[in-house]
Amino acid sequence: MFPEQLNVPLGKWVNQFVDWLVINYGAAFEAFADSLLTVLVALEQVLRGAPWWLVLIAIAAITWHASRNWKLVLGLVVAMFVIGTLGLWDKAMQTLALMIVATSLSVIIGVPVGIAMAMSNRLRAIMLPILDTMQTMPSFVYLIPALMLFGLGKVPAILATVIYAAPPVIRLTDLGIRLVDPEVLEASRSFGASRKQILFGVQLPLALPNIMAGINQTTMMSISMVVIASMIGARGLGEQVLMGIQRLDVGAGMEAGIAIVLLAVVFDRIGQAYGKRSQRTSSGEDA
Amino acid sequence: MSYIEIRNIFKIFGPNPQAALELAKSGSDKEEILAKTGHTVGLDDVSLSIEQGETFVIMGLSGSGKSTLIRHLNRLIDPTAGEISFGGENILAMDIPTLNAFRRKRLGMVFQRFGLLPHRNVMDNVAYGLEIQGTDRKTREDIARKWIERVGLAGYENKFPDQLSGGMQQRVGLARALATDPEVLLMDEAFSALDPLIRSDMQEELMKLQAELHKTIVFITHDLDEALRIGDRIAILKDGKLVQVGRPEEIILNPADDYVQAFTRDVNRGKVLRAKSIMEPTTGTISGDQADTSQVVRPDTVLDDILPMALASDQAIRVLDRNDKLIGTIKRQQVITALSHSPAN
Repeated sequence: MFPEQLNVPLGKWVNQFVDWLVINYGAAFEAFADSLLTVLVALEQVLRGAPWWLVLIAIAAITWHASRNWKLVLGLVVAMFVIGTLGLWDKAMQTLALMIVATSLSVIIGVPVGIAMAMSNRLRAIMLPILDTMQTMPSFVYLIPALMLFGLGKVPAILATVIYAAPPVIRLTDLGIRLVDPEVLEASRSFGASRKQILFGVQLPLALPNIMAGINQTTMMSISMVVIASMIGARGLGEQVLMGIQRLDVGAGMEAGIAIVLLAVVFDRIGQAYGKRSQRTSSGEDA
Repeated sequence: MSYIEIRNIFKIFGPNPQAALELAKSGSDKEEILAKTGHTVGLDDVSLSIEQGETFVIMGLSGSGKSTLIRHLNRLIDPTAGEISFGGENILAMDIPTLNAFRRKRLGMVFQRFGLLPHRNVMDNVAYGLEIQGTDRKTREDIARKWIERVGLAGYENKFPDQLSGGMQQRVGLARALATDPEVLLMDEAFSALDPLIRSDMQEELMKLQAELHKTIVFITHDLDEALRIGDRIAILKDGKLVQVGRPEEIILNPADDYVQAFTRDVNRGKVLRAKSIMEPTTGTISGDQADTSQVVRPDTVLDDILPMALASDQAIRVLDRNDKLIGTIKRQQVITALSHSPAN
């Protein structure tokens, strides 16, 4: 037996810290939660309010813009249509809204963090274990304090999704910038480019294919998080899966599962198409 | 004082360069310092003076510190100790904005692997330096178009670097460096990655441009033939130390040590040595019967062209300057002696 005198009451300290946060900063967290919720609710209303065919047209237009490939457009429209035929259209739109907000937040946070990591080896050394933790820590562990800070519902679901889904875009932004040919950077510096000119004119454009791959992965991971998010009150397809498990309704669970997979396929293909586009350096727009 | 002055530059790579610097200053060599401190000596007490308008070649094998040295001139690398000035201005004292302004206005650089921006077409690559300076689109495209034409790439404005051959990419690199009209052109093994024929074309192109533009060119190479061909003066580096500085003929006729001699052994002397460096200087005028033009050469005539004349006649060949004034004579024996150091020629 490990001697009990050596026990560190880490759990107690964490509890005290969370209590202290709730007491002192509860209002600030609530304000943050409210603004996030406002965005989410507005987006959800638009998606659920829009006629189904309009959403299909929008998906088709985005796919065409990304890929210029009518076969892909047709395939993705059919996938979305199947979700509708499973009777899960409304729930899919809720999931979609949650996913868009969580992914956007991940990218807004992740890209600057990735840039900072690429610039500083010290920050990178600090961030890498944090990112590993974010990806391996069971999500329920941070869901509980998130619930205490934000209450039950969509906001902790978004935050849990961001914690789980942001690491790939952070890692790949860092990697993409580090992989930029050092001679190209030297050339840019030798012409007297400032750090800002180098970042926006050289590093980010050349890292873009990697950043796009990161965004794609982040999107995939945020879709996979929807089931867990439903357990703390986020609505959508995950809720349906959860219900299927609770009622031992294998069929309902399967339907929702298929819908989640189809949604993932749609977003993966769109993301990949944009990724490929950002890689084209030569044959460009006029091809 | 020369235009570019480099004084007692040391560059030590490693986490704690100051300790190793003391060793280097007290005369320890590269291996010793690496063994004792784990630090690599990049440059060891290098001093150079480069004149305005000359083509100055820095030559050395890989690891000799030549690429490190050229990067000190635009402070892509900062020295551990020493001074560098351009026209009396100490560039090491510049803060970042001043340094960037200095790089934008006065320097252009050409890289071994071209360093082109792969996401920009030829036009936008050539215009890059002007864009950094904040020149408006119309002006910079006009200037870029002129330079693209000048290096023979008219019609390729909308191509991307990966659609061009190596030689064409380096033409873009050269046009990009010249588009900002810099005073100094830094060329880091600019032609080393090119095929021999293309390389020779580019050397010619550079010399043609230089004859018109009179830039100060600092050219790095590991190829002595290239150095001799384009350099007004050549500096030879070995293990971060300067071994010899001089005009091409001086390097060949009086190599400073065995290292330089080993380099010069394979050089085609007939193409490098010129009348003025082997002639016996004389003064006087040409009398009537000597006005025969068949046995007359100019100071810059290379040995390869003098040899047939020397073989054709026993008479001494006369060297005349631009005003047809006699400045020296060359005997057959002198030509043969000058050539004889080269094997199998």
